[in-house]
Amino acid sequence: MANKPIQGEKRMFMTGNEVCAYAALAAGADIMYGYPITPQNEIMHYWTRLAPKYNRSFLQTEDEISAGFTTCGGVLSGKRAFTATAGPGNTLMQEPMSMAEMMRIPAVFIIQQRGGPSTATVIYSQQEVTMTCYGANGEGLRIVYSTANHQELYDYTIKAFNTAWKYRFPTFVLGDGYQAKMRESLTIYDPELQGIQMVDTYPLVGLPGKAGADRDPAHLRNTYNTEEELYEVVKDLVTTYEKFAPEIVEHTTKECDDAEVVILCHGIVSRAAVEAIGELRAAGIKAGMFRPITLRPFPTAPLRNVVQKAKKLLIVESAEGQFARLALPSLYGLTTPMETIFKPGQGITSDEIVKKIKDMA
Amino acid sequence: MTTATVLEPKMPKSWRQETKPHKFCPGCGHGDILKALGTAIDELGIQDRVVFGCDIGCSLLSWDFFNCDAIQTHHGRTTPVMTGIKRARPELICIAYMGDGGGYAIGAQHLVNAASRNEKLTVILANNAQYGMTGGQMAPTSLPGMKTETSPYGRDVDATGNPTLGPEMVAAITPASAYVARGTMANIPQLTRMMKKALQNQIDGNGFSFVEALSACPTNWRMNAAKTWEFVEKEMTKYFKVGELKVPAAKQEG
Repeated sequence: MANKPIQGEKRMFMTGNEVCAYAALAAGADIMYGYPITPQNEIMHYWTRLAPKYNRSFLQTEDEISAGFTTCGGVLSGKRAFTATAGPGNTLMQEPMSMAEMMRIPAVFIIQQRGGPSTATVIYSQQEVTMTCYGANGEGLRIVYSTANHQELYDYTIKAFNTAWKYRFPTFVLGDGYQAKMRESLTIYDPELQGIQMVDTYPLVGLPGKAGADRDPAHLRNTYNTEEELYEVVKDLVTTYEKFAPEIVEHTTKECDDAEVVILCHGIVSRAAVEAIGELRAAGIKAGMFRPITLRPFPTAPLRNVVQKAKKLLIVESAEGQFARLALPSLYGLTTPMETIFKPGQGITSDEIVKKIKDMA
Repeated sequence: MTTATVLEPKMPKSWRQETKPHKFCPGCGHGDILKALGTAIDELGIQDRVVFGCDIGCSLLSWDFFNCDAIQTHHGRTTPVMTGIKRARPELICIAYMGDGGGYAIGAQHLVNAASRNEKLTVILANNAQYGMTGGQMAPTSLPGMKTETSPYGRDVDATGNPTLGPEMVAAITPASAYVARGTMANIPQLTRMMKKALQNQIDGNGFSFVEALSACPTNWRMNAAKTWEFVEKEMTKYFKVGELKVPAAKQEG
């Protein structure tokens, strides 16, 4: 049975969910555990069509709580396991995600954001930022990649498996309903041919040899008896996370060198920002864009560097300030005037950004 | 001068000596149930293939109980964690260990669906008719009229329903290849045999296997030792009939 679903590289035109399924295959994912929820369903649809051809597995669980915990189980047994969800499913999945944080379970979660709160819409928003970065009890010791297009969905889904297994923190690909459902072109590739070596996976339970005779048993827990014990464990987790953060953090900029107005945004909204910058520059307004790719950890130093040189800052997001709340601690102490476009549940066009920035002038 | 005879406690070989004496309250059923499980693991010679999972609640105190790889997970979520492992590594023998809350209340959906899917797992559930670690609240298995912290005047079945009959439910929704039984800490040889059959059913790749074990809570029941035994043997068995409910191709245990 062929185990290389993607040979060489190919130009494709497909939906974001299909991209995620292909990327997981290309990354060598062994098993997906999932539960249907819109707008991520087609990740499962494509996975269940492709996976058996390449000796990979799937389990449709009874809910997202179970999908998250079975994913943790798959990872604990040494498999490159993943799941995908959205909205209310993301809410339910916070419980296994918190276990993955505490036990450093390198599970991969693909989130295709929809509108909230509650059931809300099944279409689009950027309203799962706070939950994906900081949901559940605990400190949000996760890695979250916010993608902007299908090429990035492919690249970062592959990368998420490597980041998760290298650093052993739960890793998220944060897309959205628009990315999930729309079609656009991208290049899919065999990671190896791009020089990407997939990080080896290994079991944390079900280890070889007889426990107690040949080796100590793996006794894993995520419950602690005293506050002092928990404090030490969490402090150690935080220290480890912060040590790795500089290696993990990613961002991109557009025409920030001389930018007087900086648009701060993430994910698909950045595409409207890029378009707006072209129009603004043509009109003689020096606009630029700063876009974190990792929302956790957050690219604090480069953002500060860009914003303190600018005269104005505009934060744009399809949520009521969730991304702004994530970004603002990085800007503490700066006095750059700031305005916002917050549109929970709605997409943002370049025209709106252009108009807002012209109004700000 | 008298000579003292020191009797070494007889422990299953699969127990981890370093973690004994165990952390359960004196008189708690968990120790006996885990002894039956340990003996079954020993007799089947599967210690090197077992992955043991436990819940939140008193059962979590078993996270380092065995010389087997083990994982302690969340309240009610042991079944999906072990399902995830078993689906990824079918050669492992996966045991999910939980209490009545973890199996019949917060984790009921997972128990029902794992049973319906005939997951090749072994689920062991200790039924002590109340929530132990959180301080003695009402459980799905609390008996009619039973006083708990959240049913201080006695469980009113009109308001809160009847005790959950877990094995009966699991037997009803599983295919013929499942093994389902209810044992008791009051009959350890029988409970051990049930554990062995439940594990053998998984080893054979037949399907889901489920053993409920009637258990005692010497702390929250607020009874002396004699009354505790009487409660397990006489009161609990009025509702929870001990015996095998589903046995694939084997002789039934009475």
